[in-house]
Amino acid sequence: METLALLADGFALSLSPLNLFVVVLGVTIGLFVGAMPGLGSVNGVAILLPMTFLVPPASAIIFLGALYYGAMYGGAISSILLGIPGASTAVATTFDGRPMAQQGKAGLALIAAAVGSFVGGTLSVILFTIFAQPLADVALAFGPAEEFALVLLAFTTFVGLGGDDIPKTILMIVFGLVLSTVGLDLISGQPRLIFFDLPGFYSGISFLVLAIGVYGIGEILWTLETTRGKAPVTTARIGLRDLWAGVRQLSHSVRTMTFGSVLGFFVGLLPAAGATPASLMAYGMAKTLSRKPETFGKGAVDGVVAPETANNAASTGSLMPMLTLGIPGSPTTALLLGGMVMWGLMPGPMLFIEEPGFVWGLISSLYTANAFAVIINLALIPMFVWALRMPLTILCAMVIVLCIVGGYAPDQRLHDVWLIAVFGVGGYLLRKLNYPLAPLVLALVLGPLMEKAFRQALISAQGDPMTFLERPLSASFLVLAAVFFLLPLLKGLRRRPADAPGRTP
Amino acid sequence: MHRAELLMAVAMMALSVVFMVMATDLPIGWVPGSGPGGGAFPFWLSLIMLVAGAVILVRELRARQTGRAVRKPFINRVALLDIGLVCAAVVATIGLMHVVGTYVAIPLFLVFYLRVIGRHGWSLIAAFAVVTPIVLFLFFEVTLRILLPKGITEPLFFPLYAFFF
Amino acid sequence: MLNSTLRRAVAAACVLGAAAVVPPAQAADWSPNKPIEMVIMAGQGGGADRLARLFQSIIQKNDLADMPVLPVNKGGGSGAEALRYMKDNAGDAHKVMATLNSYYTTPLRTDIGVDIANFTPLARMAVDTFVLWVNADSGITTLDEYVAAVKEAGGAWKMGGTGTGQEDSLVTAMLEKEFGLTFTYVPFKGGGTVAKNLVGGHIDSTVNNPSEQLAFFKAGEVTPIATFTEERLEPLPDVPTMRELGHDLTYGMQRSFVGAPGMPADAQAYYIDLFQRLSDTEEWQNYAAEQALETDFLAGDALQEYFLKERAVHAELLEATEGG
Repeated sequence: METLALLADGFALSLSPLNLFVVVLGVTIGLFVGAMPGLGSVNGVAILLPMTFLVPPASAIIFLGALYYGAMYGGAISSILLGIPGASTAVATTFDGRPMAQQGKAGLALIAAAVGSFVGGTLSVILFTIFAQPLADVALAFGPAEEFALVLLAFTTFVGLGGDDIPKTILMIVFGLVLSTVGLDLISGQPRLIFFDLPGFYSGISFLVLAIGVYGIGEILWTLETTRGKAPVTTARIGLRDLWAGVRQLSHSVRTMTFGSVLGFFVGLLPAAGATPASLMAYGMAKTLSRKPETFGKGAVDGVVAPETANNAASTGSLMPMLTLGIPGSPTTALLLGGMVMWGLMPGPMLFIEEPGFVWGLISSLYTANAFAVIINLALIPMFVWALRMPLTILCAMVIVLCIVGGYAPDQRLHDVWLIAVFGVGGYLLRKLNYPLAPLVLALVLGPLMEKAFRQALISAQGDPMTFLERPLSASFLVLAAVFFLLPLLKGLRRRPADAPGRTP
Repeated sequence: MHRAELLMAVAMMALSVVFMVMATDLPIGWVPGSGPGGGAFPFWLSLIMLVAGAVILVRELRARQTGRAVRKPFINRVALLDIGLVCAAVVATIGLMHVVGTYVAIPLFLVFYLRVIGRHGWSLIAAFAVVTPIVLFLFFEVTLRILLPKGITEPLFFPLYAFFF
Repeated sequence: MLNSTLRRAVAAACVLGAAAVVPPAQAADWSPNKPIEMVIMAGQGGGADRLARLFQSIIQKNDLADMPVLPVNKGGGSGAEALRYMKDNAGDAHKVMATLNSYYTTPLRTDIGVDIANFTPLARMAVDTFVLWVNADSGITTLDEYVAAVKEAGGAWKMGGTGTGQEDSLVTAMLEKEFGLTFTYVPFKGGGTVAKNLVGGHIDSTVNNPSEQLAFFKAGEVTPIATFTEERLEPLPDVPTMRELGHDLTYGMQRSFVGAPGMPADAQAYYIDLFQRLSDTEEWQNYAAEQALETDFLAGDALQEYFLKERAVHAELLEATEGG
């Protein structure tokens, strides 16, 4: 009951004219950003984060939350129409979405994606509402030792569940952590790793700079190479009548939607798992459970519905560890976390106690964001199709300008803009060589937290490292972390015994 | 591709050595009674980075021996020119922002990009080169009150400030 | 947006018209011709940042300045970044810096090539106060009980505070010296985090500013032991000062504004006048009273003298902390 009262207060905040406005604006921008080939919620949030200082923090996060949602909806659009996933979360959508479009059923595919997203988003917000308060109640038990153990857990799940090349994943995590130590050492108050004695490094390297570099400039270079200037152009034209015909066909997909939502939500909860694995898992399960698995990959409606429900449900799910524990479940939530820290709102156990208005305002805004997203999405589908015909060269030029100016704006240092350029080129080269970039960004966000918590815990315990194992919560997190870390290594050993000696880092 | 893999692994290893050397400015060992010193995190993490880099390097070298190395070119030649041009343009733009400010550098960048990479017509280019700085000024300076760098063009903006603020 | 721009233009025209008829009381020879940058020596969200942004909003709301004041955080390296920035912009009349005690301590602790004697003193707005707090569950209510408890802990007593070398650690060092105590000093990122950890029982005491702790005090979660002020604080009338208890320990955190080195004299006069009017506003006086801030206004040469004296005091304090 207390939850309902808090939620009602939240609605009072999220239904204020300013917040309704930012929701509509965020959803609309998000849809466009998501629909752009190559650009996803990460890019949208990274580029627009500096511009949210205009409004109070609550409205800013509501805006970014809406943007996040909008982009999750929009990601399906270029997957279906162009066969290029708008973001990694929409990769699974291309499997059946593209064949459907080729068979002339683009309208149905787009509707299936929109409705699936809506169901996934809404069901998961309901789960979120139910579970948020109990999780928040463990709040005060979290001291530095528990914080450290949790952050470590987040990293190991990334190594484990990521499925990427393990040495490269570890290299990227550690690289991000080292970058996060640049600047001032809080504990001793001494500067460290000040490259070339540039004063700009005194304040460290902002995750925003890295994210804009990697996902902005780096992405442009990537697009430039893959398309070589020739953007794939769509010829799809969709009328309103196609939309309605589609909605009626979806009654067969209720079961897929339900389990897609629940699965997505809980996978999203796992720190560092996020929406991409959720959507792939949902696709796999839908195929396994289907009565006609042979239609998958050839234009099955359920093949679009499952990943789209799951990725939206997961994006809500991943907000929960971010808000309650301060641990982001995806690169986008890592950016949101960074944003909240910038506004002086420290996500984590205390947030629900210190800022209940903010938290419940955000949760309730997810309901409104969902409702608006599905309406705006359906209404604007014909327009998205048109927007996708904008020449890629113009789009790229505008994104570069946004990266330069957007990177300068938050701290007003050209130093940061130079770093963006460096990270952009570096990130592009790393991506070409299959180095995973999300762990790098995550590490830069979580690094300072991890080091500080580790050293504070040790100072409090007079330098006795057993403190991490003596406290039950921190000990159980550490055990979980060890399991997650060893699991893929063991699997790797079993699969390729020949490589074994070289694979143990 | 294979050579690029090797180079990147070596570059990462070199970078980690630089980090390690720089980290030694602060104590990198265990300070009795209070845990690791200020240089410990960067130092030992850089060491892990060095090891991970070495693992990748060894793996690639072995792949060559066993003939499993990927032999396709790292970056497509046609794309390489475009990418080089865009990188150069971005660097030049940021450099120009120091000197002549955002409102000269950005239009120059747009003209270059849209003409050389995009091969668009002059009227479209002119429209973008004029409208973009105006939108940027209205959005950042007037609405968000964030001043963008102006370099030597700053005095030209005094009348605008007087009007808008 | 167009609408508000228009409105602003009309408002500006009205102000100009009015100015032409009635000359302002203090006709300064200099006025800003572009927005004024307010450099903040601390990161976003901390106490110093919130206060600087409060000043900015009061200036804006009461239209005290001719141009907008734009806050910019340059908190890197405990303010080293901000100090370097001001030094590199010597002579700039459109940049003011909101300072705190790291204005002295940062150049003393790390060699960044900045001498604050060259900066242009503008105005001291407030002095923030320090109070010794413990978790209410500890049952400690008096200084004697506190000292006994710390001694009994034998060096394991956890004192939380902001970064090493910053104000809280200096006050902690003063306590150690005065009472012959040993603390385990645990540094946190900001006063808010310190407060959370005190309430959560992860640290045993802190010397936090009242503004960070008052909410928890009202909720009965923390107990104030003594204040490091000359006189008792208004929101905590029952809490004795250290001096009353026979210990000459006082410490304050100044909140001032300074200009870049070599700021033109007429610009300096303009800002001193601006901050004087800011100091007189009702909003500011009310806020200061609520947050237990001391608001004696100090400007110009008197302020410079104060800065140099404080710097000498901090040099000694730092030597005592880092030497021991």
